[in-house]
Parts: sequence; C-alpha cells; structure tokens
Amino acid sequence: MKKQIKLEELKNHVHDGMSIMVGGFMVVGTPEFLIDELVKIGVKDLTIICNDAGLPGSGVAKLITNGQVKKLIASHIGLNPEAGKLMSEGLMECILIPQGTLAERIRAGGAGLGGFLTPTGIGTIVEDGKQIINTGGKDYILELPLRADLAILEGTTVDLFGNVMYTKTTRNFNPVMATATDLVIVGAREIVKSIDPDNVMTPHIFVDYVIMEEL
Amino acid sequence: MDKLQIRDFIASRVAKEFKDGDVVNLGIGLPTLVANFLPSDITINLQSENGLIGLGPKPTEVNFDKDITNAGGQPVTLLEGGMYFDSTLSFSIIRGGHVDVTVLGSLQVDETGSLANWIIPGKMVPGMGGAMDLVTGAKKVIIAMTHTNRGKPKILKSCTLPLTAKNQVNMIVTEMGVMDIKDDGIHLIEYNPEYSIEDIKSATEANLIINDPIKMKVEV
Repeated sequence: MKKQIKLEELKNHVHDGMSIMVGGFMVVGTPEFLIDELVKIGVKDLTIICNDAGLPGSGVAKLITNGQVKKLIASHIGLNPEAGKLMSEGLMECILIPQGTLAERIRAGGAGLGGFLTPTGIGTIVEDGKQIINTGGKDYILELPLRADLAILEGTTVDLFGNVMYTKTTRNFNPVMATATDLVIVGAREIVKSIDPDNVMTPHIFVDYVIMEEL
Repeated sequence: MDKLQIRDFIASRVAKEFKDGDVVNLGIGLPTLVANFLPSDITINLQSENGLIGLGPKPTEVNFDKDITNAGGQPVTLLEGGMYFDSTLSFSIIRGGHVDVTVLGSLQVDETGSLANWIIPGKMVPGMGGAMDLVTGAKKVIIAMTHTNRGKPKILKSCTLPLTAKNQVNMIVTEMGVMDIKDDGIHLIEYNPEYSIEDIKSATEANLIINDPIKMKVEV
C-alpha cells in the first residue's frame, strides 16, 4: 500500500507549534497509539482541536498532561479535571465552542465556505466579539471556518487506496476533520484490499498517510 | 423521599411528556434516568449527540462493545432500527429542529425561560458540549433538576450565571412539581402533595403563577 508508513515515521510529519485536529469523542474514535507516539516524539506548543480534553490517562489528555499543548479548542473539558486546572492557572489556553458549532466550523473549513450563520449561542457570551446577522427576522452568529495543519484520525477499516470506514460511534468528528487539514494521517485498526464503495466514509483523496495499529 | 427517590420521581414524570415517534435527547446525569421510565406502548427514538439514534440499555458482559457509547462516553447498546452518523449530521438533526424533546439538568432557570448550566466562573468550567445547540434547536426543552441547591433557589427571576441560551426552556420538572414557562411567566401546573404550595413558593425566587395545579401521584 502506497500511503502506508511506519509508526516511527510519524516524527517526520510533525513539528513544534503545529495545529492538530484529533478525531474522537471522549476518546472513542481517537487513535490512542498515535497519541502515544506524539508523546514519545515530544513535539510541543501544539494547538489541539478535539471535541473534548480526553479522559485522565487517555486520548489527548496524555498530551495535555505531558505539557505539549499550548492551546486547546474543544466543546467540553469536564471529564478531564487537569485541563480545567491548567486553564484556570493560565498554563494552557482553552477555547470552548458549542459542539455543533465546532463540527460545523470544521466542515466550513473543509468545504471552502467563508463561514456560516448559527442561532446557537445568541444571547450568551459565545456571541462576544462576533458579527450578528439578522436574516428572515432572526438573529444568527457569523461563525468562521476552522482548519489545521494535521488531522490524526482513527479508521476502523482502511483499504489499499486509503478509503476509510469508521465503525459505530467511533465515526463522530473523524470524517469531517479529514476534510479540513493540510495533512491527514489515519491510524488503521485493519487494512483490507478494498472497501465496498457504498460504505466508504472518507474517500481516499483526503488521506495522505496510513499507519497500521500493531496489536 | 431520599435523594435517589427524588431523582426517580423527577425522571418518571419527565417520561410522561413523550409522544409516539418522538426523537428525544437525554442529557448526562439525572436526565439519563428518564430512559428507565419510558412508556412501553410507544416508540421513542433516543438520540445521542456523539452520533446515534436508537440508544438502548446499558450492555451486559455478553453484548458489551467499546465502540458503542453515549455522549457521556458510557457504554450503551443500539436497538433494532438504530443507526450511527457523524458529528455534522448529528448537529444537523439537533440544530435543524429534528429533535422533538431535549431533557437537561441546569444550575439556574429563570422566568423568561433562559437557563445557565455550563460554567461557574472561577470555579467550574466544564464547557457547554452540545447543550447550547440542543436547547436552541429542539422543539421542546425540559429541565429536569432538583428544585433547590442546598436550600438555595435555582428557579430565579433572572439567571446570574453565564447563560446557555435565552428564552428556550418550555418546562421544568422538580421534586416539588411541574412548571410550564410561557410568555407571561412560570406556571405551576402540577405539584407534589408532600409539599405545600407555600413550601414551593418559598423555594422559588421567581414569581409562580398558580391556578389550580394538579396534585401529582407519588408512587416512588
């Protein structure tokens, strides 16, 4: 398979100060073995974009605990008390975004849109500093697209071309993040000859590298 | 009623609000208990914002699957007819008005139907998760919570914490009763006879509009 690289080669594609989107929701759908490798490589000053801050000892929480994260963009950090502590001590910048807005900002980033109008957050501190646009008699917040340098995703099944299928609730943010970064690396649980074209959830054109999870 | 009975009392009353075919999202904590009281004669489609409809009961050792979780990251099962989807579709469902009822807990609710449940500045910053989208997009918003917090009213004239959304709450269910929020304020429509109307009024900072409320059955 042309796109397959070794786990040790991940270090050639990451650098300090990088922005990284990490797939998964409360670690379900997060490629844990690639997070472990990022900890081992030790890249720092990262901007991490993920639904949440992981759980103590798993997911992006490992990068946070290891002091590699300068800025976290997430919708919920409540299940990782350390993230809240670092945030209130000013040791990690944390930007909280409503979950639907986070997903849609990433979608806009990948879909070539200049932004979108959402009613979510109207009348709350989420609207602070943002443009409010009234259309059809209703107020909306103009939310802007979100992109990153790299996406680290978990693909349940990847085929020889790099097409990806995600199982059950591991799908969550993975497919949309695949569209919104300059480089996409998929951690694969299994690599097969081909995935039924009807079942491809991320077309191979989005995928740059695949790393097989060694069990 | 002890703490657990109070939670079950609230959850079982909320479950009576659903209609056959409703798409329902239950928040983390007390609202999750509502699933234990769903009427068996109608079909409710439970949605979870991490990407599924058809949420089933907690798994046993036999059918446990680490790849099936709810929005709290807890293992769940999928009922027949259920399906998975990604986060953008999940929030098209939520924001787009395809969720009939969302049930959430709250720190504060006020007379205008505004609620605050995602941050206590300087103390607790869990984040809003999907709550802001849910209360903005769902057709009906029910708050399931204890009436007071260590004796302090949570149903206020005006929320003091940063809001989750303005003017979105339709109903509040507590251990003291059921309240509808309308344009003219909060109506006490049912009450738990273990409390007097005066008890309920003094545990509520907001003005309660009271017009022949129904006595609730306490069967816990």
